[in-house]
Amino acid sequence: MIFRSALVFSLLLSLVACGRSEEPSGPELVVYSSRIEQLIKPIFDQYTAETGVNIRYVTDSAGPLLARLRAEGENTPADILVTVDVGNLWQAAQQGLLAPQTSSVLKNNVPESLRDPEGRWTGLSIRARTIVYSSERVQPETLSSYEALAEPQWAGRLCLRTAKKVYNQSLVATMISADGAENTERVLAGWVDNLAVPPFSSDNKVIEAIAAGQCDVGIVNTYYLARMKADDPSLPVDLFWANQTGEAPFNRGVHVNISGAGVTAASKQKALAMSLLEWLSEAEAQHAFAELNQEFPVNRNTPPSSLLQHWGDFKADQVPVVEAGRLQAEAIRMMDRVGYR
Amino acid sequence: MQLAQRARVANQRRLRPTPLWLLRAAGVALVCAVLVPVVVLASSWLSPEVEIWQHLVETQLPRLVANTLFLMLGVGVLVSVIGVSLAWFTVMCQFPGRAAFEWLLMLPLAVPAYVMAFVVLGVFDFGGPLQTQLRELLGAGWGIDVRNRASVIVVFSLVLYPYVYMLARSAFLSQSSETLEVARVLGCTSRQAFFRVALPMARPAIAAGVGLALMETLADFGTVAVFNYDTFTTAIYKSWFGFFSLQAAAQLASLLLLFVGVTLFAERRSRGHGLFVQGAKLQHLRRFPLPPVLAGLVSAYCALILAFAFVLPMLQLLDWAVGEGVSQLTSRFFALLGHSLWLAAMAAALTVTLALLLAFCRRFSRGRWGSIFAAAQLGYALPGSVLAVGIMLSFSWLDRQWLLPLQAWLGLDPKPLLMGTVLTLLAAYWIRFLAVASGPLDSALERVKPSLPEVARTLGAGNWRLLWEVYLPMLRPGVLTALVLVFVDVMKEMPATLLLRPFGWDTLAVRIFEMTAEGQWQLAALPALTLVLAGLIPVMLSIRASRGR
Repeated sequence: MIFRSALVFSLLLSLVACGRSEEPSGPELVVYSSRIEQLIKPIFDQYTAETGVNIRYVTDSAGPLLARLRAEGENTPADILVTVDVGNLWQAAQQGLLAPQTSSVLKNNVPESLRDPEGRWTGLSIRARTIVYSSERVQPETLSSYEALAEPQWAGRLCLRTAKKVYNQSLVATMISADGAENTERVLAGWVDNLAVPPFSSDNKVIEAIAAGQCDVGIVNTYYLARMKADDPSLPVDLFWANQTGEAPFNRGVHVNISGAGVTAASKQKALAMSLLEWLSEAEAQHAFAELNQEFPVNRNTPPSSLLQHWGDFKADQVPVVEAGRLQAEAIRMMDRVGYR
Repeated sequence: MQLAQRARVANQRRLRPTPLWLLRAAGVALVCAVLVPVVVLASSWLSPEVEIWQHLVETQLPRLVANTLFLMLGVGVLVSVIGVSLAWFTVMCQFPGRAAFEWLLMLPLAVPAYVMAFVVLGVFDFGGPLQTQLRELLGAGWGIDVRNRASVIVVFSLVLYPYVYMLARSAFLSQSSETLEVARVLGCTSRQAFFRVALPMARPAIAAGVGLALMETLADFGTVAVFNYDTFTTAIYKSWFGFFSLQAAAQLASLLLLFVGVTLFAERRSRGHGLFVQGAKLQHLRRFPLPPVLAGLVSAYCALILAFAFVLPMLQLLDWAVGEGVSQLTSRFFALLGHSLWLAAMAAALTVTLALLLAFCRRFSRGRWGSIFAAAQLGYALPGSVLAVGIMLSFSWLDRQWLLPLQAWLGLDPKPLLMGTVLTLLAAYWIRFLAVASGPLDSALERVKPSLPEVARTLGAGNWRLLWEVYLPMLRPGVLTALVLVFVDVMKEMPATLLLRPFGWDTLAVRIFEMTAEGQWQLAALPALTLVLAGLIPVMLSIRASRGR
């Protein structure tokens, strides 16, 4: 009897719960973010404290968030889309989900190569993807560029993250843009030949594998190494800034991706949304935004965190990041063809 | 002859349970609701994606299909062997620790497959503590990469065998010992009695369990991604996230569904029209005492499975969680826990009720109708985020086309009523987990002898009394199992929760996603541990309830 009553009772409860909803008060912005909560909440809280504008957000992978924006269309509650790579921003702009905006503040604070030419999105922090190596088994002088990792001297010594990760897709897309398709495909085939073990699911695993002696060199985003170095300063893995010297196009600089944002086309308070993005690009917020995840600020007036400064300055690839979006599909097809999983 | 037939027809009419058309209508409505996202996906074929398909067929699909089939074969065999053997030993045999193992062996159910995957990799991989220690002992220069097919199969099997174990266990429990005794009297050895009587009798339950395990394996993305093991879902996500073609992703997903649909149909067909009913249980089961050596071996076997499927991952999670400290344990963390429990409870109650309705539909309508109702299980075979998108597209369409104009017409301030509410999320849960609830309910219902409710009806019981006082008490173990399975599955569910949750309804699974999204698996340990422990609550409750009879 108790069992049956419990069944009915819980069913009733669930119906009651469906009626619940909260009403906002005061100005409010809604953010769809593929940047995770820990990396946005502290800054949003600061903004709310300074301006009184409340911020609500949902986090998810970029793909589902784009699908949701598109499905909700005119009725979407979202004012801002935040992503952790340029490919998805480019795609959102292609689908007409982001509104073109002009802002002298953003023009001032964010380098041109890290913004959409039509003003639909802007970079907020830089994620540099470069070479890491075993400080026990590799002389940094033997390293030079991403392309050089395809040379026979690295046979059986290279570790890579899976080609399914957008960071690698963006990297390869910008390689296509710099080196041309044919050369890039040859480099990719060389990488695959040089792999010590099948590609890993995360950058952390690549660094761990180098530390454990499974391989000697790899390509990762700098903040993963920064985080692991902070936990264990004796980790025998160091960072090398790729593509700094040599002949063109191999001296183009380190591949950079962005974590960025744009105002949605359906937002009913675009000016309010824009003022949040502008605030985020200012020196003070930039410092907090980038430091939370050991990324580099886009605003040149903001110095990177002390840990990153220790790695020294580097030349970043000046190719507009929008190329990474445009060539992403070609990059994936190429990686599939050479068997880079 | 004619007279007899007429009498039978009259008899049937009188014995007919519930107004059949009402039940059927409700069942058909349910099936339609499940099929809406499926139809949305199938409609993707209207805009062909020739280029992507060409590329996938040339470079990917043969390998992915082979990988997937291999994985399914491995998981299917392993979960059947582990699940059925454990169920048989704990129900039918006497060995040291039996009573404890009987419920302990259900616990791995609460461990999400993706958590198991990152724990296994964390412990056993080349750079993990185990191999590092060994290298320190034995010298550098060796090591094995555990990211291979066998590991993926083992990981899935360890977390999915409880489906088979639980369903087979309740089937064996309800087999009357007379049946087996009759088999023994007729000259069967105890082994023959198992293989020729008990096992075939339990077939619907075992098939349901294995089916659930395989559908979950097919739809999985997170676990295989940890191992970078490419399956069919890899192609789905590559099309969607890489090529930005939701169309191609939906087309691939609908092929997956077709495959599952055909398989489900074939399994039902191959069972034929046999009945799997049981007589009432007259006496308590007598367990076979095992000879000492064999009893020891069986205990060791149970302990081994338990150690790898539950104890080891728990210890590793605990180790990581302690290492990261308690800084995460804010009031927000408890809010996450609250949301997880609350959503799981609501979804379990709702899903099991609907599944019960569907189960009765199926019982009272054999033949063509039966397979129509079976279609309601398809939701489980879809990768979570694909199903979530299907639901999202249909609900936002409803909002846009009907609810907003309706509100405007009524003079209200129009705002979306479905998207971004708990309703949508609950809909996603029940559509996804209807199959999970149906497994135990159907196999419990199949074991109810038709003559029992018929007797009750002859004695003058109405429909409601029949349901309340005859069916529900007899279905009790099945209902409990269904509630537990759905509750735990909803707690573990990630992609649909991520996409469809209303603002502020973050759950533990969302937390785990956020931590692992940036590769911080150690930080995910505390929410994962909490998730497992919270998932144990209903498992414990159901064990107590099933003992309290």
